[in-house]
Order: sequence, then C-alpha cells, then structure tokens
Amino acid sequence: MTNKEIKLKSVVLRRNILKYIYKAKAGHTGGSLSCIDILNVLYNKVLNVDPKDFRNPDRDRYIQSKGHCVEALFVTLADRGFFPESDLETLCNYQSHYIGHPTKKVHGVEQNTGALGHGLSICVGEAVAAKLDNKKHRVFTLLGDGELPEGSNWEAFLSASHYKLDNLYAILDNNKQQITGNNKEVMNTDSIRDKLEAFGWAVKEVDGHNLEQLEEVLNNGPLEKGKPNFIIAHTTKGKGISYMEGVLKWHHGVPSEEQYLLAQSELNEAEALIH
Amino acid sequence: MELDKIQDKNLLMGEPNQVVFSEILQELAAADSSIIAVTSDSRGSGKLVPFGDNYPKQIVEVGIAEQNLVGVAAGLASAGKKAFAVSPACFLSARALEQIKNDVAYSDNPVTLVGISAGVSYGALGTTHHSLHDYAALRAINNIIIVAPADNFETEQAVRLAAQSNKPIYMRLGKKAMPFLNVADTSFEFGKGRVVRKGRVLTFIASGETVYPAWLAAKKLEEDKGIRSTVISMHTIKPLDTQLLESIAAGGQPIITVEEHMVNGGLGEACAAHLFQKGYKNPFRIVGIPDEYTVTGSQMEIFQHYGISEEGLYNLGLEMLTKNS
Repeated sequence: MTNKEIKLKSVVLRRNILKYIYKAKAGHTGGSLSCIDILNVLYNKVLNVDPKDFRNPDRDRYIQSKGHCVEALFVTLADRGFFPESDLETLCNYQSHYIGHPTKKVHGVEQNTGALGHGLSICVGEAVAAKLDNKKHRVFTLLGDGELPEGSNWEAFLSASHYKLDNLYAILDNNKQQITGNNKEVMNTDSIRDKLEAFGWAVKEVDGHNLEQLEEVLNNGPLEKGKPNFIIAHTTKGKGISYMEGVLKWHHGVPSEEQYLLAQSELNEAEALIH
Repeated sequence: MELDKIQDKNLLMGEPNQVVFSEILQELAAADSSIIAVTSDSRGSGKLVPFGDNYPKQIVEVGIAEQNLVGVAAGLASAGKKAFAVSPACFLSARALEQIKNDVAYSDNPVTLVGISAGVSYGALGTTHHSLHDYAALRAINNIIIVAPADNFETEQAVRLAAQSNKPIYMRLGKKAMPFLNVADTSFEFGKGRVVRKGRVLTFIASGETVYPAWLAAKKLEEDKGIRSTVISMHTIKPLDTQLLESIAAGGQPIITVEEHMVNGGLGEACAAHLFQKGYKNPFRIVGIPDEYTVTGSQMEIFQHYGISEEGLYNLGLEMLTKNS
C-alpha cells in the first residue's frame, strides 16, 4: 500500500466511523477519531493477521484495551476484510454482535474488552506464552490515557519488564482528554514517559496522526532488546473534524444531521487534498 | 475438636486437598509442557515450590497482584496454555473479580482459577482472609464452573478434568488434611453430585470440607438412633446437579445443606431456589456462615460455632425429623 493509499484509507475509515455512529445514534466519536490512524497503520502496515486464517497461532495479536473506541476497530476490521462492512448497519441493534465494545463474536476480535485496565495483562500473558514457545509474533495493545489510573495497568507494567517482554507493544492514544475533562485535571498522568522508563520500559513518542512515524516505530522494534515497548502516540480527540477536535462533548457525542453532513464534507475536502 | 483428630477407623486419612492439587498438577506438567501454574507470591501456600523447582519454565510468577494474575492467565490460556492461576481464594475471587468476569468467563479463556486456603481455612486471620462470598459472586457470572472437592479423590479427579477442559473453572480448595470418604462409586464429573452415604429419611447436601462433618453426623445418627441418612458431596456448585437434587427431594424427606460459605447466595440457596421453583416443599435448612461479623477462631472452632459440625448437624437432623414426623 502506497503512502497515498494509506492516507486515503484514514479518511475513508473516519468517514465510516461517523457513518455508523450517526446511524446507531451512539458511539465514542472523539476517541475513535483519535486512534483511527494508529489502527489504520496497525492493520494495513504492521500486523501479520489474515482474515481467512485468523486463528493461526503465529499471528500477531492486537487487543484493544480502550474497548469503548470499538467503532474505530470495527471499521478497520471491515475494511481489512474480516466481515462485510454492511454488517455495521446493525451496530448496537438488538441481537447484533456489533455492540459498543469489542467481542470475540465479531471475526477478528481477539478478546472481549471494555472494562478499562484489562487489555495489558492479557497481552502480558500472550507475550509470555510467545516467549516460552520461542515464537516470533508480536503482541500489541492500545491504551487510552484516561485508563492509565487503573491500578491493574501498573501491575501489568511491572510484570512486562520483569519478564523482558520486548515482543510487547503498548500504544498510548494520548489524546489528553477523558469524559470529565482534561486528564491533567481529572487525574494527572503527566511525565508518563518518566514513569514508564522507571518501570523498565523502552519509550518512544510519536505523532499519532503521522502514518509514517507510526509505521516506522511499530515496524522497527523492539526499541531496546529485553524491554517492553511503550509508544506514546500524541493525538487529538475528534481528529479530522474541525468542530470536534479537542471539544469534550464529542467524547461520546453523536452528530446531528447538519453536523454529520458538515463532517462528511470536511472529509471530502481532506480526501481531495490527498489526491 | 473432633475434626482435628480424624480417627474414624472406617476412613483412611488423606492430605490437604491443596497438596493433592499441587502433586497432580506436577504429574500432569511433567507430561504436558503446556500446563502453566501462575502464582501471586503464592507458590508456598499453594504447595507449588517443588513444581517451580522442577518445571521453572512452567510457572509464571506475577508477585502480589491478583488482577494481573488473572489477566495474565487469560492471555496464556488464549495462547493455548493450560493456565492454572493459584492464589488464596479470598483475594482471587474478590480482588480479581472483574478479571474473572471479563477476561476469563466472558472472553471464554479456559483458565482454571484455583482458590486455595478457601472458606475459613485461614480462620484466625480474620475476615480479610476468609472467602465466604466466592460461590455467590461467581454463581452470578456466566460461563464458569464452580467446584469444591470434598476429599483427595475428588480433588485429583477435578484437577485431571480441569487440565482437559476448555472451559473456565473455579476450584476451591482447603488446607486441612481430609479423610477419604469411602464411596464405592469412583466416577467423577463436573455437575454430577456424588452420594457418599446412602440413606432414606434425611439428606445432607454438602460441598468441600463440610462434606466430612455431614458424613460424621449421618454416621452418628445411624449408630445412635438407627436413622439412615443420605450424604451428597455436591462438589460442583455450578452447574448444579438438579437431577440428583430432584431425585432426593421427590421422597419428601427433610434436606439440610451444608457449606463453608455465607448463607447468602451459596449452595443452600442454589438448591432451595431450584426446588422451590419446581414445586417441592421438603423441610429445608441451610447451614453455613450467617450474615454477621464472623466469629474469631480456627476453622474448626468457627465450624463448631455455627453448627457445621458432627454435633450441630446431628442435632439439626434430629430436630427436623422430630418436627416432621
């Protein structure tokens, strides 16, 4: 996939996130838009996964700890051919598997997540198993900055460095906001880089909307042999839609018809600029 | 205390069930490298020190961090390992409850959660170290088998079955040496209660380490009064053996349930709820730990205090038979 193609894909995926949130009248809009570039790069440039052979034991693992941004995951999986995109017409409908958090009933989803602070421990188990079996596949998780105060994350941070899990990549969607307000005010997680380095992780900061930077860091690991990888992806909540960027109400805001049309026209402009 | 000196000549004295667990797990691990013990600084109390020494690549230590213990075990299981997460039942079933609910049960990762020193095994250490809530908490979670073996035989069978199972399991084990209950029936499967003493007029339905005092009470009733009662080891709390339960209830006889658990939400309520909904009206009593600050003392003193004892269950049996005669 060329640079241009993957950039265009980010626009398409944003369009689909909004399309299905608008249709379902529910979803985590701001966070899905902040992490979608990361997911785009993961599924189209990094992860060794095959929709036709998803349970292959040698596949890379991706477990989304910030499960509430499931719309980003679902549109990415659909685009990657795990299921027909039209399935998402049922998002949040009665008896649909496409619910507000990842579930293994959806092809391509590794684990049921949604309660925060769970993904990383499961990834530690997966990464330990890979080391025990001398397997070369890698294990990825996406953490939200709002979930960092969950104590279980810190139990997992300790164990990942204890076991020298350099096959483990925790990507922080550092959009700096959560439902109540700015992280800094709700629970300050500043100097996260220092904290993680003190916990024995190798840390790298990137622009979480720069596809080349993401690809570079995720495909050239480990950052340091014998250390788990912590990628701080600096992102913007609501990225790509002018009136949503950094505006708190879009944490799980659903656009009105007018807002929806405006968002799509902004995405059309973004697409035209790439062409 | 009589339970501290098991001298019944009819019964062969065994080991603590959690010792049997560790021995069988080690035997299985020797033949199957996918078996992994996951511990939270609990290998000593889990009797897994020899396991760790002999199979260092099959033990994953997470330190005192039960949430991580269960999450890591879920990840290992998802990667194809047969993960046994071992931690005192009090911490495992409370501190890590959300990990059990989501990462193990909901995500259907076949972890065997081994709650050691369960119930009031740590009697004198107080409520922080008691697990009197675990049946209730886990009964309310879909997709997990809850099993509390009574003796060494049941423990061995349960561990062997767990190693072959592809389902989440919570296994609750105590630290007290238990006698082998003489049972001709050597079958064992999850969800099937075992009749460890056969009678007619009264039935005790017990689980885990309370099967033995129920057995003793039944024996005393027979020796002293000629009353023959049935004792069932209902080792699987969920799924409950409702078929056996109904076959017992069908005769209309009094039923006494016994458990090392709070009376709220445990084995007794599970049995009562099923029978009541099916229309049975047997005289029915639940013996367990009441909803109060648990009395202090050793496991046996706590058992004695709340009537989970030969004497307490004998007297209750007589009382129910007298009332209903």
